[in-house]
Amino acid sequence: MPLTPATLAKANTSEQDYLWTLNFGPQHPATHTTLRIVLKLDGERVVEAIPDIGYLHSGFEKIGEHLDYNQYVTVTDRMNYISPIANNVAWHHAVEKLLGIELTPRCKYIRTLVCELARISDHLLSTGAMGLDVGAFTFFLYAFYQREKIYDILETLCGARFTTSYTRVGGVMHDITPLVIEKIRAFVKDFPRTIDEMEKLVNRNRIFVDRMKGVGVLSKEEAINRSAAGPVARASGVTRDLRKDEPYLAYADLDFNVCCAKAGDCLARYYVRIAEMRESLKLVQQTLENIPAGPVNVGVDERAILPTKQQVYQTIEGTITHFELVMANRGFEVPCNEAYGAIEAPNGELGFYIVGDGSDIAYRARCRPPSYIHFSMFPYLIKGHTLSDVVAVLGSLNIIAAELDR
Amino acid sequence: MAQIDDIIAALQQRVPEATTSDFRGNRRVVVPAAVLYDTLQWLKESQGFDLLVDVTCVDYLNYRGATDRFGLVYLLASTVTATRLTIRTMLNEPDLTIHSVVPLWEGANWMEREVYDMFGIVFQGHPDLRRILMPDEFSAHPLRKDYPLQGRGERHNFPVIRRGQA
Repeated sequence: MPLTPATLAKANTSEQDYLWTLNFGPQHPATHTTLRIVLKLDGERVVEAIPDIGYLHSGFEKIGEHLDYNQYVTVTDRMNYISPIANNVAWHHAVEKLLGIELTPRCKYIRTLVCELARISDHLLSTGAMGLDVGAFTFFLYAFYQREKIYDILETLCGARFTTSYTRVGGVMHDITPLVIEKIRAFVKDFPRTIDEMEKLVNRNRIFVDRMKGVGVLSKEEAINRSAAGPVARASGVTRDLRKDEPYLAYADLDFNVCCAKAGDCLARYYVRIAEMRESLKLVQQTLENIPAGPVNVGVDERAILPTKQQVYQTIEGTITHFELVMANRGFEVPCNEAYGAIEAPNGELGFYIVGDGSDIAYRARCRPPSYIHFSMFPYLIKGHTLSDVVAVLGSLNIIAAELDR
Repeated sequence: MAQIDDIIAALQQRVPEATTSDFRGNRRVVVPAAVLYDTLQWLKESQGFDLLVDVTCVDYLNYRGATDRFGLVYLLASTVTATRLTIRTMLNEPDLTIHSVVPLWEGANWMEREVYDMFGIVFQGHPDLRRILMPDEFSAHPLRKDYPLQGRGERHNFPVIRRGQA
């Protein structure tokens, strides 16, 4: 049954005939992406919000059952496209858990480094766009200028600014080069000034604070009950952070704080994101200065990643590994079992539940998308607020429709 | 909260049919579908698994050695001790119904709707069990293994809107 005002009206709504139905989206500048919300308004107050999603559904999980473990990384780029490299890491984190591959220390540090860069880049856009939606345009430009620099770093690192596809099973595409390190050092030096300026612009801005404070309040109990994760949960006082709770990659060696707030409103979510950017910057600094020497990919014995050409042409093990990996009927040795691996992506817990069936193509590749779970609480958060608060709440949840619909 | 081993032992005492396994640090318990809701309620209310991380489903149609068609997967976690536990249950055609866990966790609402949309598992007691990602006119469940990657041509189900009607 199509979702129209006629089908939405319940039989007993005769006394509420004065309610006005407004279609918000699917093509609206303030939704930023393609999603639709049917709002029932009493004057300007939202009585009921009914999300209607699926406009960008492109069957990523079905495609995951037809592409092999290395090919699917290109699809993960397109999920949360404001921090694609964190999705790459999340996918191969889960794959390596299923395959039982232990990464080299250098690879762990490099992946941690790019994850934290992705977190900064995500929070810059999500806070920036949140500011844009409530009227702070300059704030957005400050954020986007720094985001461009992260794009430049990623371009130097892996050749792509946006769809990075940087990780491989058992390693990464390229080792980090001195030029990348130089660029990240310059970024680390320059970036704190931008956060300070961004905070100066809006933290005490009357319009910004009035539109954010007390809007979309999520209590701690409700955050847990509704499966919130990441900055949204931490702004409500849930201290869960997978980087601390189940340290993966190099996070056990690093010194950082988990940023939490208690209020649970849009302003708290903004503050948590700003604080997380500062912590991420600390992490970028620490990982950058402590990258261990040694090989970046796992050895040829693991038979997970293509060896270098030098190894292929000069050693018999390299030749055999290369042959085993490129032949269509060989490839990875995958157990007939299932594993769930998750990382703390910028938007919350991003996990993959992968079922292996012995071939090098996943039997099932379920993605736990944080945007999807956060958007499901949107009707609860917006109830009773005004129409203008819709964009503030949407921005503070950081809904990415490509990840929402997959 | 007790240790995870004690919880699993207690769970096996409550549900003797439950089988447990451990793979790469993921602790998993398979329980019969009839006691799934009670088990999850017990885990939530008295064992501290307060967070439902995800609900998903796997179609084991062509899976080597599989005896059941669908496996429902509930990923639980504790926000206090950061312990994780995976609860699975098996469903077979024609009875693809199971008790919804929305009364326990409000977050299960959209997760179960997605499983219904993609696999056709019916969650009894769900407040709003409609398709969520696929359009309402869609007639198949696309993540089932007998559904081809390129679709079955469901486009004829969709009404054609011409410019004058739009």
